[in-house]
Amino acid sequence: MSSRELTLTEALLSRKLGRAPAPGDHVVVDVDLVYMHDGTFPLALKVLRRLDMEKVFDPRRIILFIDHAAPAPNLAAAIAHRIMREFSRKHGVKLYDVGAGISHQVVIDEGLIEPGNVIAGADSHTVTLGALTTLATGFGSTDAALAMATGKTWLRVPEQVKVSIEGEPSWWVMGKDIALALLGELGSDGAVYSSLEFQGSAIPYISMDSRITISNMSVEAGAKYGLFPLDGLAKAWYKSRGISTEPLEPGSKATYSDEIVMEASRLEPMIAAPPSPDNVTSVAEYEGVEVDQVFIGSCTNGRLEDFHAAARVLKRHSVKQGVRCIAVPASRRIYMRLLREGIIEALAGAGCVVAHSTCGPCIGAHLGLLAEGEVAISTNNRNMPGRMGHRSARIYLANPATAAAAAVKGRIVDPRELLPLGSRLMDPVEVQMA
Amino acid sequence: MTLRVKGRAWVLGDGVSTDHIISGKFKYQKARLEDMLPYLLYDVISDFYKRVRPGDVIVAGKGFGYGSSREHAARLLKMAGVGAVVAVSVHRIFYRNAVNVGLPVVVSTKIPPITREGDTILVDLVEGIVVNESKNIREEIQSLHPLIVDIIKAGGIEEYILKHGGPPWQFRSSFSK
Ligand code: SF4
Repeated sequence: MSSRELTLTEALLSRKLGRAPAPGDHVVVDVDLVYMHDGTFPLALKVLRRLDMEKVFDPRRIILFIDHAAPAPNLAAAIAHRIMREFSRKHGVKLYDVGAGISHQVVIDEGLIEPGNVIAGADSHTVTLGALTTLATGFGSTDAALAMATGKTWLRVPEQVKVSIEGEPSWWVMGKDIALALLGELGSDGAVYSSLEFQGSAIPYISMDSRITISNMSVEAGAKYGLFPLDGLAKAWYKSRGISTEPLEPGSKATYSDEIVMEASRLEPMIAAPPSPDNVTSVAEYEGVEVDQVFIGSCTNGRLEDFHAAARVLKRHSVKQGVRCIAVPASRRIYMRLLREGIIEALAGAGCVVAHSTCGPCIGAHLGLLAEGEVAISTNNRNMPGRMGHRSARIYLANPATAAAAAVKGRIVDPRELLPLGSRLMDPVEVQMA
Repeated sequence: MTLRVKGRAWVLGDGVSTDHIISGKFKYQKARLEDMLPYLLYDVISDFYKRVRPGDVIVAGKGFGYGSSREHAARLLKMAGVGAVVAVSVHRIFYRNAVNVGLPVVVSTKIPPITREGDTILVDLVEGIVVNESKNIREEIQSLHPLIVDIIKAGGIEEYILKHGGPPWQFRSSFSK
């Protein structure tokens, strides 16, 4: 094997495998963490029972989450939840029950990962954890079930794409704007089977909450991983959770199958219009579109920074009569922190419905479905027809400040109209570590 | 078993997501897979589950299977009788799910643009070709990894395990070609 320099993906995989793999290789790896939720677990269990393989390779490395339709809005969900509670008791597997939060966020909150971990989540947004330099990606129920039972899975080593994000982002730019702009560039299949490696001069300016948003949406372009470097911020984040890290750098001369350069300093507030998340332009294009519902939450934008940004608008303005504004913190931990900070009170006072942590509206499972012909602006990651209710409902994706501004005006507006000038929407590092 | 499939083409465009294949909403309303069948491709082709014939081939554009990890999408296509999917590009979770249920999915750039509804399509994983027989156009496809061929040949990973007593990685230490 030549001593070629490795990309971050290759460096992580070679630590795991004891040798440097090449894109296209199929390898078998030990998984460090397997998790599933109420949408994917029941089928996984059904498969294992049929195969007479109902077992867990290591109960400490399996987590179940009741987050998609929680608490149960109907009987089918209630049955799924009961099955999960029984399994958790029987196998000594940790279960995060209703209200604990959305899987990806809880894993982050609780610090259940280490750099380079191979994580098999039975959910497409498992890529979220790439923000913390992990090999985290989504699997279907059967793959996750077999990983849970055997502790192993197979992987195809992905091609790697260098995404250089350059310049200092303007004060109004959040991770969501970067994610949307990138998606507009790549298209919904622009990174299929690839590992996106985020680099460039803008990285030090991008907060952890925003990085998580960007990694989260990398799957919208088909990416297998969306990796941020283990830089000072990431190391500090791990340290704040009591997790030690070893240095890890991609080679400066590593080769990539493709490279994309993005100027973060030139970004306007962005929006993805129906019918797909890659249908991206600046908010200005859609100014004036009237909205019926606003959703601030999900694993994309349900974190502290997101509600801080929304509250900058909603502390000084109220939700317009006739508009529903639904705010859902991504985890109980975030919910509690927002309570202490008075943000929940501010949002409720402005006229928002503030709900417990759940995926709920993001996937049209409960807590605010859209009727025929309705229009929503949402901070989640997908806007395909039918995603949040009726198939004729139209969903616009934007950052939480833009969503909050639309809640106030009853139509899509440039959030800068309603924001106090000049202070950055991305949380400073101290806030995130506290 | 399913390494050679011939059937009528159902032509779909770009960006057919797992939400298009089976909307997530139904998953929380119907506990059983069979009960979701009438909603397969619900907003895309009306009554697809009634009209599809065993062995029919879905021919689609870019980004097939985008979105949710829901395996129900691949399972329902298979359950309805779809014999194979031919698309310009395919999202990875859907691809793995399809392999796991024994539904061949192949990437082809030449065939989808020239295929019309009802054309006869042949997908042959042994020969490594996809052919539009109605238009007499063929394309060689990237050969699939032996691991994947093994799983599809068995009719899916469950059948593989039932037959061999464990997943393929129990029997092969390396998968490098
Ligand atoms: S919040 Fe939405 S995108 Fe995130 S895990 Fe839940 S359903 Fe999926």
